[in-house]
Amino acid sequence: MEHIISVLVENKSGVLARVAGLFSARGYNIESLSVAPTPDSSISMITVVTSGDEDIIEQIMKQLNKVIEVLKVVDLTEEDHIDRETALIKILAKQAHRDEAMRIAQIFRANIVDSTPQTYTLEVSGDAGKIQAVINLLKPMGIKEIVRTGRIAIARESL
Amino acid sequence: MELSGAKILIESLKQEGVEYVFGVNGGAAMPIFDALYDHPDVKLIMMRHEQGASHAADGYARATGEVGVTLATSGPGATNLVTGIATAFMDSIPMVAITGQVYTHLMGNDAFQECDVIGVTRPVCKHSYLIKSGDEVADVIAEAFHIASTGRPGPVVVDFAKDAQIHESLFRYPEKVNIRSYKPKVEGHPRQIAKAVELIHNAERPILYAGGGVTLANASEELRELAIKTGIPITVTLMGLGAFPETHPLAMEMPGMHGSCCANYAFTDSDLVVAIGARFDDRVTGDLTKFAPNAKKIHIDIDASCIGKNVPVDVPIVGDAKRVLAEMNKLVHRVDIEPWMRQINEWKEQYPFEYNQKGDNIMPQYVIEQIYDLYSDAIVVGDVGQHQMWAAQYFKFTEPRQWLNSGGLGTMGFSLPAAIGAQLGCPDKTVVNINGDGSYIMTIQELVPAITMKLPLKIFIINNMYLGMVRQWQELFHQKRYAGVDYHDNPDFAQLADAFGATGIRVERIEDVRPALEKAKGIDDGPVVIDFIVDEEENVFPMVPAGAGLGDVIRGLA
Repeated sequence: MEHIISVLVENKSGVLARVAGLFSARGYNIESLSVAPTPDSSISMITVVTSGDEDIIEQIMKQLNKVIEVLKVVDLTEEDHIDRETALIKILAKQAHRDEAMRIAQIFRANIVDSTPQTYTLEVSGDAGKIQAVINLLKPMGIKEIVRTGRIAIARESL
Repeated sequence: MELSGAKILIESLKQEGVEYVFGVNGGAAMPIFDALYDHPDVKLIMMRHEQGASHAADGYARATGEVGVTLATSGPGATNLVTGIATAFMDSIPMVAITGQVYTHLMGNDAFQECDVIGVTRPVCKHSYLIKSGDEVADVIAEAFHIASTGRPGPVVVDFAKDAQIHESLFRYPEKVNIRSYKPKVEGHPRQIAKAVELIHNAERPILYAGGGVTLANASEELRELAIKTGIPITVTLMGLGAFPETHPLAMEMPGMHGSCCANYAFTDSDLVVAIGARFDDRVTGDLTKFAPNAKKIHIDIDASCIGKNVPVDVPIVGDAKRVLAEMNKLVHRVDIEPWMRQINEWKEQYPFEYNQKGDNIMPQYVIEQIYDLYSDAIVVGDVGQHQMWAAQYFKFTEPRQWLNSGGLGTMGFSLPAAIGAQLGCPDKTVVNINGDGSYIMTIQELVPAITMKLPLKIFIINNMYLGMVRQWQELFHQKRYAGVDYHDNPDFAQLADAFGATGIRVERIEDVRPALEKAKGIDDGPVVIDFIVDEEENVFPMVPAGAGLGDVIRGLA
């Protein structure tokens, strides 16, 4: 099962390598990875999407906690959360498909950020399900290239 | 006062109470060695290979409980330390490994003797630092020692750029170390402890299972109190031997692949396993699907990631073994387990460690028995292989930090340099090195510093002219295809010792074994090497082969 884990770390050189190395050394899979500083510039947030059964995930959490520069580890899958990623999708958009492409963009609140007589590039943000849906709809037209960010997530506040 | 980074390093080591730095010199570390040259308090121990230097620092740490310090230059010097660092990492030994590094402006440039030490050692150390400026040194060293020696101990690598070694700055040693992201949990949860005590009092077939963590926590007194107060039989692993006296009636001896039948049967039939500072390693558990199938498990460990990793645990207690056991001892009382103790004693009597005498050959187990008889108080440093298993089986350890060996990584060549470190750390003790012909030749060059320093090491080689443990597996599981194990071309180790400048004795007959050991006792002006030519194809039994459960232990004797 897929888990999205946020890891708060000291913003020091080598920390990301240590976290990534931990996964590869033990044979755990990193499906997606995103890292950026927090408002406190001495602290960064790493968001990892990984998969495994309950025992594997428990081990991953414990191993992450052992890393000296790790401040906090949260498994966001365990609680209510919002997750997002952004995709830039370059599609072949010849005359016949141009209208359809624009309609799809509208439906998914995507922006057309580049346009040539043969192509459109769409920028779309959303949860994993939405991104996949857009891609599926655009496939028949012909996708030239897709570039995706890693997934990020944030816990929902309880009332 | 303004000091160079290298001088600040040595002054910082002095603040940490370091007596010895085990190292080998080289270009990128020269300023550090210069700072050590005439230092009144911190002494350089010059080893002959950086692997030897790292094992010596490790042996010092295991024998004394202090942080061992090793020092090498950049590039190949640093990479030669990796085996020693990984050895310490696997056994959780507190160590600080300092490596010289090229000038900062040359880093990443494929410079002469440059190596990304931080990258190379990342998976095999607890933490690492790169010092690029002289004013970082004091804080880094203070943190490094703190991390190495607290929580679950481990090696910390400090990579020190040469310009930082030269750069001068004000020396101020921090009074306290505060790492906001590193706060190891030492107190066990009182509710968990109470739950554990309840399980102990209600068990009918309980066993205590103690490992290297008890020694690392200096908790052997508390462990003894627990066992004796409750009257529960106890098995101590290879890494923990001596934490509980092997000669005590409650002792079941070592469990696992080459452990005692009693301990293995006890695991299999128990209804409660109390694990303290042990990690349910595969060498101990055998096939996990058959391991202690009817037992509830209590697991006391300072490392939360060890709990529930291999074996589901009913009562996990994260904390320092010494503190947790102290709390437990306040609550426990004697348990009534008469029938279980009768069974344990029956197993002990029926299945002791034993061997057959083969003709006139010197049996390796006989040598160990004689060593035990004559050197029962010594610190014993074992290497890796069959001789290590026989030493663990036939030498009855009674004190913690009496038995030193590389258990986790199983590094051949560990013991001779480690014995040097142990002797320097414990100058009033006799240090015996039980070595094998395969292991001995891997770090034999460290005889040189042992001789120079006149260390009265007793180096006993169990020489069967084979890479013994591998040969055993080839005999039992690979139709005796002795590929890559034939060591009949070994040199005469006694003559070789003489050439080095030590005392060498070759023993080929049974009647010469004991006299040689007695002679070695009297030699105190330097190391003595005894080459015992033993039976070539003797196997280590009992044995739990890979894939088998502990209950299927092969007792081995015809």
